[in-house]
Amino acid sequence: MARAVSSRRKSINTAVAWGIGFIIFFPILWTILTSFKTEGQAIADPPIFLFFDWTLENYSIVQERSDYMRFLWNSVIIAGGSTLLGIIVAVPAAWSMAFVPSKRTKDILMWMLSTKMLPAVGVLYPIYLLFIELGLLDSVFGLVIVLMLINLPIIIWMLYTYFKEIPGEILEAARMDGASLKSEILYVLTPMAIPGIASTILLNVILAWNEAFWTLNLTAAKAGPLTAFIASYSSPEGLFYAKLSAASTMAIAPILILGWFSQKQLVRGLTFGAVK
Amino acid sequence: MATQHSRTAARIMMAPAVTLLLGWMLVPLIMTLYFSFKKYLPLRGGDLGWVGFDNYVRFVSSSAFWPSVTATLIIVGGVLVITICFGVLLAILLDQPMWGQGIVRILIIAPFFVMPTVSSLVWKNMFMDPNYGLLSHLWEFFGAEPVQWMSQAALPSIIIIVSWQWLPFATLILLTAIQSLDSEQLEASEMDGASTLRRFWHIILPHLSRAITVVLLIQTIFLLSIFAEIFVTTGGAFGSKTLSYLIFQRVLESQNVGLGSAGGVYAIILANIVAIFLMRIVGKNLDN
Amino acid sequence: MGQIVLNQVRKSFGDVEVIPPLDLTINDGEFCVFVGPSGCGKSTLLRLIAGLEDVTSGEISIDGQPATELPPAKRGLAMVFQSYALYPHMSVRKNIAFPLRMAGLPKDEIEKRVTNAASVLNLTDYLDRRPGQLSGGQRQRVAIGRAIVREPAAFLFDEPLSNLDAALRVGMRLEISELHKRLSTTMIYVTHDQVEAMTMADKIVVLRAGNIEQVGSPLELYKAPRNTFVAGFIGSPKMNLFQGSEAAELGADTIGIRPEHIDVSQTQGQWTGRVGVSEHLGSDTFIHVHDTGLTDTITVRAAGEVDFKHGDTIYLTPRADQIHKFDAQGLRI
Repeated sequence: MARAVSSRRKSINTAVAWGIGFIIFFPILWTILTSFKTEGQAIADPPIFLFFDWTLENYSIVQERSDYMRFLWNSVIIAGGSTLLGIIVAVPAAWSMAFVPSKRTKDILMWMLSTKMLPAVGVLYPIYLLFIELGLLDSVFGLVIVLMLINLPIIIWMLYTYFKEIPGEILEAARMDGASLKSEILYVLTPMAIPGIASTILLNVILAWNEAFWTLNLTAAKAGPLTAFIASYSSPEGLFYAKLSAASTMAIAPILILGWFSQKQLVRGLTFGAVK
Repeated sequence: MATQHSRTAARIMMAPAVTLLLGWMLVPLIMTLYFSFKKYLPLRGGDLGWVGFDNYVRFVSSSAFWPSVTATLIIVGGVLVITICFGVLLAILLDQPMWGQGIVRILIIAPFFVMPTVSSLVWKNMFMDPNYGLLSHLWEFFGAEPVQWMSQAALPSIIIIVSWQWLPFATLILLTAIQSLDSEQLEASEMDGASTLRRFWHIILPHLSRAITVVLLIQTIFLLSIFAEIFVTTGGAFGSKTLSYLIFQRVLESQNVGLGSAGGVYAIILANIVAIFLMRIVGKNLDN
Repeated sequence: MGQIVLNQVRKSFGDVEVIPPLDLTINDGEFCVFVGPSGCGKSTLLRLIAGLEDVTSGEISIDGQPATELPPAKRGLAMVFQSYALYPHMSVRKNIAFPLRMAGLPKDEIEKRVTNAASVLNLTDYLDRRPGQLSGGQRQRVAIGRAIVREPAAFLFDEPLSNLDAALRVGMRLEISELHKRLSTTMIYVTHDQVEAMTMADKIVVLRAGNIEQVGSPLELYKAPRNTFVAGFIGSPKMNLFQGSEAAELGADTIGIRPEHIDVSQTQGQWTGRVGVSEHLGSDTFIHVHDTGLTDTITVRAAGEVDFKHGDTIYLTPRADQIHKFDAQGLRI
């Protein structure tokens, strides 16, 4: 709508929108603020908002006490590793479906998407058992594999949609120019698809980082990522709001920042093309 | 673009993905089916033999079953209603001209990117705690008795937490759909004298119906298996045990694997029913 | 060097037979144009020769060597696509160098050939730009450059001028013809524009629904079209074709006469009619004549400017030796 809108109307919209936005964002804001308070200040009534002596003591306590760095590192490896592995498996698959479609391509694609809809509880025990047998319980490697598998449908789907936007003629030209399949994918397809691949990586790192079923049930002391770390605060002793806030802020900060960049990818990746 | 060479290559290139997903789907599924027909209690005797459909019957006839179905319906239904209603309103709001729209979007989108364990604990402790939570301070400020959220209103608590997390998703999807609405249609109706409400009802809402359906289906699938939120807040107590959580408890906590597996099969069937509807829409779109 | 032979080549997509068994020989050094209406299979035929599609049956040989089973990379052909299909992330230089890189040529050889091609095509100033920064005509030349450096047995052009505006098209047509004279390499050119076909080709292949209607030089097709389809396709404006008593008198089912072979007069002639729309081009005038009793409209070309107004009566006389006769099956008599 390219009409001139009255300043007044725009101001009302802005006020309402910012107001609602603030309310929705408030829990996150509150958490961040509380992380800089002392425990006493954290539970103060009436609540203290901005004017207090900011302290970093919670951050250091959390880091020292629960070996936070290990949990962080696990999150990084699990989220990054599963996504990277997923990309390696998905790129060839998406290539075939996008550029050499057959009658079955659509069905296969839909089947792949449907595996994502499998309720995790339905396969919990077998996976759990398999993990024990294979010695993968509480291992980062095991979790990387599982998270790769649950995100693979989305990775393939997103790459497929991005590849479809690349004109097939350019790949044909590469073939006529004497490029082998490997060269075609390496020198022509991938450079052209970099934005799409980056977007896919972004969204899936976020999804893997936040995954809170397998990461809670298949890990114990060694391989737990940040989701498990925070879960350990569910039955605490003594005052802990400020520390919880610090731990939470550290856990969610990277993803909040990444998440801001990935709004479009979110729509593309999680609606399976049903919404444009 | 199909030659023998490229077709063979395509088949090879798809193989890893197809094999992995096939394995991921079939192997655990078959095992779950297998266990569902056995009496299997790893902690109390191990494999105790075939029991046919016994587990299936016992699962639905157990006293915990119908409450869990109710809990599931209430939670999923509640979250769907809240996220879609507010999602539509928010989407329309965000579509309006305003200053700083980018920032508002960040504020509204943010909850989706917070990991479920964090959001659950933050809500449970810092907002809903009857003694120290902000909501209790707020209630007292208005002279009311603070709500014992988790113990007295477990289902509403969970609905609030999950809705807060999923509202951004619904809003984003619906906003995308609204922005794809041809402005000319709206302008034409305006010239035809349609009031704002009429325009909303007759043009915007029907256009959104497709997107709303998609949001509904996708969210249902994911909401059926919410876990972390219950795990770290109530642990399934106070009537907050959903079907998924019940299955989880049977399998991992009480380690009645046979019973839990039967429950798992029910969950899979249920999810599949929803998935079929979703896949039909996806399939239609893929034909384009 | 660049002789291509198609032997009983057939192509079906599923149950639909797009190209029935077809034989064709393209001689070395020839500029051969595949022309025909949309959907006639000309692009498909080109792609079969290129190797981008498999033949359903039949053989293709290049320079006497069987090529039917070879992948596109091994056929020694170069193709210029309708959309140019340039690599958007590479500079012009890298685009042109790509096929040589794939062939594993040494760096200095690549450099030499690229510089050569660039100078032939006036691209030297643009070597470091990206395709996105070039105009349509420039992109065209890069696509051609990429094909030239391979020194292929034959060039394949798939409607290369369709995406250019009219003025550019004329210029590029000449450039491509020049290129052909200079390189003497076989060129197979697909177009739906019969003007391009007539002006550029040594040999024209007219296609309809996958069938070859006629093969011949432009002049042959103009003077002696084998059937009514070719007669109506070649030549602009189209040949006037009609049936009826006039045709029967000459012993044919259908007769045709080209607009440029009809003389006009205000006073007398073999046929008469009423002037409809006149198109004045300055050099010629095309008059559309109605109510002749022969057919709906007869199009006539008169040289220069003529003084006929809408609604005037006009007399037409066809040149007897230029009348084409066709039988009931539409074949030339």
